[in-house]
Amino acid sequence: MSEKDVQELERVTICFAGDSGDGMQLTGSQFTNTTAGIGNDLNTLPDYPAEIRAPIGTTFGVSGFQIQFSSSNVHTPGDSPDVLVAMNPAALKVNLKQLVNNGIIIINTDSFQSRNLTLAGYASNPLEDGSLDGHQVFPVNITGLTREALNDVDLSLKEKDRCKNFFALGMTYWMYSRPLETTETWIGQKFKGKDALIEANTKALKAGYSYALSTEIFTTSYKVPKAEKQAGHYRNITGNQGIAFGLITAAKKAERELFLGSYPITPASDILHELAKHRNFGVKTFQAEDEIAGIGAALGAVYAGALGVTTTSGPGIALKSEFMGLAMMTELPLVIINIQRGGPSTGLPTKTEQSDLLQALYGRNGESPIPVIAAAGPADCFNAAFEAARIALQFTTPVILLSDGYIANGTEPWLIPDPGTIPDIVIKQPRTDEEYLPYKRDPERLSRLHALPGTPGLEHRIGGLEKQDVTGNISYDSDNHDKMVRIRADKVGRINRFVDDPELIGKDHGDLLILSWGSTYGPILAAVEKVQKQGREVSWCHLRWINPLPSNLSRFINNFKTVLIPEINLGQLSKVIRAEYLVDARGFNKVRGLPLKTSELLEEIDSILKGLN
Amino acid sequence: MEKDIQLTKEDFTSDQETRWCPGCGDYSILAQMKKVLPTLGIPKENFVFVSGIGCSSRFPYYLDTYGIHGIHGRAPVIASGVKLARPDLKVFVITGDGDGLSIGGNHLIHLFRRNIDITIILFNNQIYGLTKGQYSPTSEKGKVTKSSPFGSLENPFNPVQMALASGATFVARSIDRDPKHLAETLARAAKHKGTAFVEVYQNCNIFNDGAFISLTDPKEKKKHLLKMEHDKPFVFGEKDEHLLAWTGKKFAVASSDMKENGREILKHNENGSGPAVEFMLASLSHGPELPTPIGIFRSIEMETYDEMLTQQVEHAKEKKGEGDLKKLFTGGYTWTNN
Repeated sequence: MSEKDVQELERVTICFAGDSGDGMQLTGSQFTNTTAGIGNDLNTLPDYPAEIRAPIGTTFGVSGFQIQFSSSNVHTPGDSPDVLVAMNPAALKVNLKQLVNNGIIIINTDSFQSRNLTLAGYASNPLEDGSLDGHQVFPVNITGLTREALNDVDLSLKEKDRCKNFFALGMTYWMYSRPLETTETWIGQKFKGKDALIEANTKALKAGYSYALSTEIFTTSYKVPKAEKQAGHYRNITGNQGIAFGLITAAKKAERELFLGSYPITPASDILHELAKHRNFGVKTFQAEDEIAGIGAALGAVYAGALGVTTTSGPGIALKSEFMGLAMMTELPLVIINIQRGGPSTGLPTKTEQSDLLQALYGRNGESPIPVIAAAGPADCFNAAFEAARIALQFTTPVILLSDGYIANGTEPWLIPDPGTIPDIVIKQPRTDEEYLPYKRDPERLSRLHALPGTPGLEHRIGGLEKQDVTGNISYDSDNHDKMVRIRADKVGRINRFVDDPELIGKDHGDLLILSWGSTYGPILAAVEKVQKQGREVSWCHLRWINPLPSNLSRFINNFKTVLIPEINLGQLSKVIRAEYLVDARGFNKVRGLPLKTSELLEEIDSILKGLN
Repeated sequence: MEKDIQLTKEDFTSDQETRWCPGCGDYSILAQMKKVLPTLGIPKENFVFVSGIGCSSRFPYYLDTYGIHGIHGRAPVIASGVKLARPDLKVFVITGDGDGLSIGGNHLIHLFRRNIDITIILFNNQIYGLTKGQYSPTSEKGKVTKSSPFGSLENPFNPVQMALASGATFVARSIDRDPKHLAETLARAAKHKGTAFVEVYQNCNIFNDGAFISLTDPKEKKKHLLKMEHDKPFVFGEKDEHLLAWTGKKFAVASSDMKENGREILKHNENGSGPAVEFMLASLSHGPELPTPIGIFRSIEMETYDEMLTQQVEHAKEKKGEGDLKKLFTGGYTWTNN
């Protein structure tokens, strides 16, 4: 065996793609854990079809998993993969256009038969017709080599073939100098008691590794050194897990039971699944008959004294809006979570979008202000959910938390917090030795006190009809209504005095201010780091709360020649900012169901700065 | 504990002025409810009344208990959340034929099948009152209203049948003009463990006056009303001269001396006369010739959703221990950066 060349790289993006039955999500998550374990920073994104089992071999049945890892900070799963592992022709077809020039393609040649080529819509075999010229193609008969490696294992051919993803994983471990131990341990735990499966998967993994090491096709392997990351204990976390953990933590810190009323919907269901596991935290999950029942039960639970939450996506929010109005009117602390997906209507259920912002801000009848907070990334979902619950409980108001399909399913390393350092959520209770007035307010926060059923002497009635100020009795008085409408707006408006202002990265004046919210955080951060390194006058502010807007924004937003607002919609935050601050903000809008690309944003920043100078 | 609770109907009267139309049947239901609540042995602060939208749904405002006036049709879901979060509370749903069977029909059937321990009182006046007189899902076919000037084209729902079919564990019917029967029925429903449903025939004297006149008119009612009593034959008529006999397929009128003819008389069994008999009894109200039954159609015991949910929580705590955030955060694959 000849000595092979080892090259050092700063960052790599790999995409594992195959049929939805090929185990690509598992392969990706194993690569992720191993990569995290050796200290690279990373960010991942699964991309799977809306159909559960689309016909085998078709392009709409392709399941992909992308990971970017690096020796420096990583903020996105990568714009374009450097490496594509394609288990069948359809996977190649779907992902080739994203690949970098001269990218590496590892192909399972065994699946490139005429039937699969036809299913993928190839008129000729791309391995032979020159259409992959300009890339480094590594054709490997992965299925055949896996079968060979498992020759003496007592499993059916079908079961053996299922191990081929671990053969591919083994090859990538050699190529990127990763150890096998993490995956070997996982195999041992996962298939505990099924010795043949342990043997087969371990053998396939090792065979892939050895094949890449010994064969002459692969001449070079790569090293991506450890990243400088804050010291501490880490785990990988998806946005939906982050939200579930944030809610459990908030309930514990508020000494409230957590109650989730929810109806299954992509891409929010994983929050329901995660919370349903944790009954030992006193978590009660209620799978309701519809979206309306989900929020209604959550609101009932809130009235009875729980931390009530409902989770959904855009179509569900449309159905819940009347109940959101009731929560706002009764001033009860309900957390409403929207994992946005491509809209309108049923839209693109498994794709991402930021197009429900205006729905969150304005999608109810009447003057109906509800605070809106947005999560910036998978790990940040934990903080955002905790913060949403805190504000809801302390301000007796419903709060809308916006996440989206990209960060809900994507992962990144999460610095595990010490639960002891997370502050308690203190909720004021009404006194039982004086008259209880349901709509008497805290002078600072304008919040009201919520008397819990079961408390003697505080019996009271609330509902959706207009309330008399202070007493909460039904009132149709016109001046009272005008007053109450203003109080409710003021109450939400002043929340910005009690939360942290968003950070302004860069100077408070200059050529360009980028303003953003939600899941565009990662791609924008990557772009801003780059242009600031180049010494260009670009500043950036990423909003955490969109209602109310932060109090510091008015101090600097007019100090820039251009305000640029990148969003995965047609300019929804732009509209709000233009109306609120009378600035000529411009949008950078891509609505493809995909995260923004850092490279495109860099081009946009370039062209703006060129136009200015 | 229960013996210490001394409450009267005055304790349940709120300071809010009652605003139903004079002569409305709702007053009677409110009065009987106030009579029943102090007898249940439950502390006043543990009652929660939840309603939707409509005339009936103003009910919670007139009782000095905890209460939520919700949104149209959705009282069952709010009540479900209240009860599941706090199984120690006694939860009522107050709804009407429009609120409960039209806009909120979906929620009602799901509450029935789940058997959450909630008492539902549905005021059926066979009309939309608060929106001023349109036909409702219980209005008779052909009804002429503002929204159906040529007659309604819809078949009415039979609320009792709907509750039975959806698996409610307690199903009853009563009538606003029979305060004694109403009070007894409300009390039985309130004491039932599980989802209890009471349909109350309620006269809307403004938009549908006399809808139940044949069942309330002193001269007529004995001919048309059948008061079902547990373990007693189905007897009705001015001098109790008629008897409902079960042919094996349906009910038929016989004379009450039928027994002397040597055939067995069917007695009412609240605790499980079987779906066929229950269902046919329920259908009598919508037939042309046979009397309309009031009373309890079904009263069976079954484990409640709220009990089972509480058990799941307790079992999980026993098995895994009280939730620990540190364990939660570090479950799965973790690593340390130095």
